[in-house]
Amino acid sequence: MSRNEPAITPQLVAEHGLKPDEYDRILKLVGRVPTFTELGIFSAMWNEHCSYKSSRLHLRGLPTKAPWVIQGPGENAGVIDIGDGMACVFKMESHNHPSFIEPYQGATTGVGGILRDVFTMGARPVACLNLLRFGSPDHPRTRGLVAGVVAGIGGYGNSFGVPTVGGSVGFHTRYDGNILVNAMAVGIARADSIFYSAASGVGRPIVYLGSKTGRDGIHGATMASAEFDANSDEKRPTVQVGDPFSEKLLLEACLEIMGKGCVIAIQDMGAAGLTSSAVEMGAKGNLGIELDLDAVPCREEGMTAYEMMLSESQERMLMVLDPAREAEAEAIFRKWGLDFAIVGRTTDTKRFVVKHGGEIKADLPIKELGDEAPLYDRPWVATPPKPVVDAASVAPPVSNRAALLKLIGSPDLSSKRWVWEQYDHLILGNTVQQPGGDAAVIRLGDGPKGLALCTDVTQRYCDADPVEGGKQAVAEAWRNLTAVGARPLALTDNLNFGNPEKPEAMGQFVGCVRGIGEAARALDFPIVSGNVSLYNETQGRGIPPTPSIGGVGIVDDVTKIATLSFKAAGESIVLIGATRGWLGQSCYLADICGREEGAPPPVDLAAERSAGDLVRQLIGAGHATAVHDLSDGGLAVALAEMAIAGGVGATIEAISGLPAHAWLFGEDQGRYLVTARPDEAARILDEATKAGVEARIIGATGGDSLTLPGEAPILIADLGAAHEAWFPEYMASVR
Amino acid sequence: MNAAVILFPGSNREGDVARALRQATGRAPTIVWHAETALPPGVDLVVLPGGFSYGDYLRCGAIAGRAPIMDAVRAHAARGGLVLGICNGFQILCEGGLLPGVLMRNRDLRFICKMQHLRVERADTRFTTAYGSGDVVKVAIAHGEGNYETDEDTLKRIEGEGRVAFRYCDAAGVVGGAANPNGSTNDIAGVYSEKFNVLGLMPHPENLIDPLVGGIDGRGMFASLAAA
Repeated sequence: MSRNEPAITPQLVAEHGLKPDEYDRILKLVGRVPTFTELGIFSAMWNEHCSYKSSRLHLRGLPTKAPWVIQGPGENAGVIDIGDGMACVFKMESHNHPSFIEPYQGATTGVGGILRDVFTMGARPVACLNLLRFGSPDHPRTRGLVAGVVAGIGGYGNSFGVPTVGGSVGFHTRYDGNILVNAMAVGIARADSIFYSAASGVGRPIVYLGSKTGRDGIHGATMASAEFDANSDEKRPTVQVGDPFSEKLLLEACLEIMGKGCVIAIQDMGAAGLTSSAVEMGAKGNLGIELDLDAVPCREEGMTAYEMMLSESQERMLMVLDPAREAEAEAIFRKWGLDFAIVGRTTDTKRFVVKHGGEIKADLPIKELGDEAPLYDRPWVATPPKPVVDAASVAPPVSNRAALLKLIGSPDLSSKRWVWEQYDHLILGNTVQQPGGDAAVIRLGDGPKGLALCTDVTQRYCDADPVEGGKQAVAEAWRNLTAVGARPLALTDNLNFGNPEKPEAMGQFVGCVRGIGEAARALDFPIVSGNVSLYNETQGRGIPPTPSIGGVGIVDDVTKIATLSFKAAGESIVLIGATRGWLGQSCYLADICGREEGAPPPVDLAAERSAGDLVRQLIGAGHATAVHDLSDGGLAVALAEMAIAGGVGATIEAISGLPAHAWLFGEDQGRYLVTARPDEAARILDEATKAGVEARIIGATGGDSLTLPGEAPILIADLGAAHEAWFPEYMASVR
Repeated sequence: MNAAVILFPGSNREGDVARALRQATGRAPTIVWHAETALPPGVDLVVLPGGFSYGDYLRCGAIAGRAPIMDAVRAHAARGGLVLGICNGFQILCEGGLLPGVLMRNRDLRFICKMQHLRVERADTRFTTAYGSGDVVKVAIAHGEGNYETDEDTLKRIEGEGRVAFRYCDAAGVVGGAANPNGSTNDIAGVYSEKFNVLGLMPHPENLIDPLVGGIDGRGMFASLAAA
């Protein structure tokens, strides 16, 4: 076999992130000592990021099917049927580790990677979203990370030409050493022309497309499968560099040759680059793959087989082409100025053979590379339940008026305008609901149909009770889609957790996945794609469990969506859903009382479903003039957001049997605010009674202030100023 | 009105402007690839769309300004033909020698995407007859490099010749101050060529053609062109 490669030593094996028992497994599989290139291939295929070795066992229990699901997890992205012969292709993926080391490039390549996943399947991307978590605003690195990540997300999406229409931004000190950058992309394709990664046919050419291969990102996926230590900055060379211009060309070229029917199979080169894309195509197609690395377009001279197989250079694709259409496909790629090279062929050997400079650098069984990856049933312990906080025992430290002004301008609840104004959210001319609503809504073509899109998770709930927190993340996404009038169809999950080798962190993962499964099942909201990011720990300190949920719903007529702004004075405000005044793990308890305590609000999935179905029906029938779901900060914050957005005030009544602060700031789940003309409001209460949903009129719109029970009015202008001030002031303050 | 939209590698708002033209003229524009050397016969209007031509590497619009098709665009302009450059198209027109000045990075060094009011400086050009002079219109902006700069003499000249097409203003039409999103000299959002047949502007009227998506203030420009 190969000359001029380092000898395999236990130390070299350990440096590749492979445990001794994993190496023994390799010896058994290969039947000899692997070559250096082979060791690299195993490290790329068997790290946590690519093999899901700690998570696979638990993910199996998630609901992934429904009559409208065309493709569930296991391909580049999930695919659902949205009617009229069209399909929606979407996925969310993390780029946490790289973004912490190099925020701009880490974020750009996160966006680039997820866009590639979507258009690899033959879909034209129509929207991007994201979910970002940063450390405490007081941490010295936070400001720079926010600036870099936001600029990076914009830098890629804006140039690529897809609107970034929604997202979620939050802060917590437990992300100080591990920020989260989760990017979601959504595309549209014809339901009968979805492209998959399984190769077929023996002796067919394997074509390399896109940018050249360089030394960037080598072992990126391995980095993403380990904890950070104090020297994590030294890992900067493992971060890839994004080139949205090349990706835009790759998109247009790929869609053009797909449209001409030249493509048999296609796989993008993401994590673990050429290695995982080639293995995936062969293994899924029950074929062998032979690669000739001498044909790979390289950016640098003298690259070794090992480097080429592990490079994570961006904007690259691997395809199996119809041999008869090769010249046609090549002409299209040349037109777009992209590299096009035949780098191998399919074989019937089920072996993965890599040749370079006349030598065989690797010769491995292709199925086993994936199928025989380690699978761990990691020991885990359930998170101990937290006591329920009795609202009556929480003494309000300030007036409810002052509490609202503080919450509406707090880092987590303040307006994120500073962020989303750096994203082109208007390109393509179909953004019907722009950032700032419960869910983004984009029109499909010339309408009337559209998609509703959102990203959600409440990590403090997940930390206190992973099962309830997992349920809540799914329920909130479902609720946000419902609040614009959409029918929720499916979700993508991006599971961000700490070190799975620690039973507590593994227990958080197991609990959240259980909760996600329960909610997805109860709400008919299947999981069609996802990504797991573990080892989000620095110096032994893990992030709060953060299972991000990206939701997709269908809107039958975009002219009839609901928005959250108060529309006119003299309308009744109806609260749908039950209020018990749940203060445990609320924003009020954390930000006003300084107590991150208690059990999170439970999610009653049956009640969630009936309340949501009622709200959707009210919107469809045109009874609701405004709709907003209740989440962080509870009733008072939701009212303030509606008042600010509409420039119309409101007066709210007290409720008997609950302390005012629990009424106003409790975070009971499954609730919505709906406004309607008074006569319509009476009808809404009847409808609610019929549906078995709790509903009550809690006040009326009007005036220039929001008046909470027993408090002096707060001018909308003051609420708006507090809401808009925090982010720009924070980012402009001395760093 | 026969329109052609030039497609550079990296253009990304060609579909948006094609939709606006289709809405106003009832016919789809011809898409012309940057590597072509001639425009289709009978073209009245050439549009350089928004985007990041050639990745905007080197300088915004610098490479596109020297693309093969640009000689034909310059010849079309020299014959008095209409040319409209939006956002990246404006940058390309400046780099390609069709308009004076240059677009620098925004004052705050950040990309900015939002709704923005403009004051229509004159309603007597072929791009603006559907507006009234002094009208305040709402359009979208989406750029990182829209800070218009020229030397003193050029500025005096374009102001003196009435070649400023639009200025950034607030909803009440008050120009300047906080209403200027990017630091442009004299709040300039768009300029005309000497003969008023070439217009470059940073904002995106093509994204304001639909009441459902922000409003319809952008329709005026395409209606004007359709009638030109």
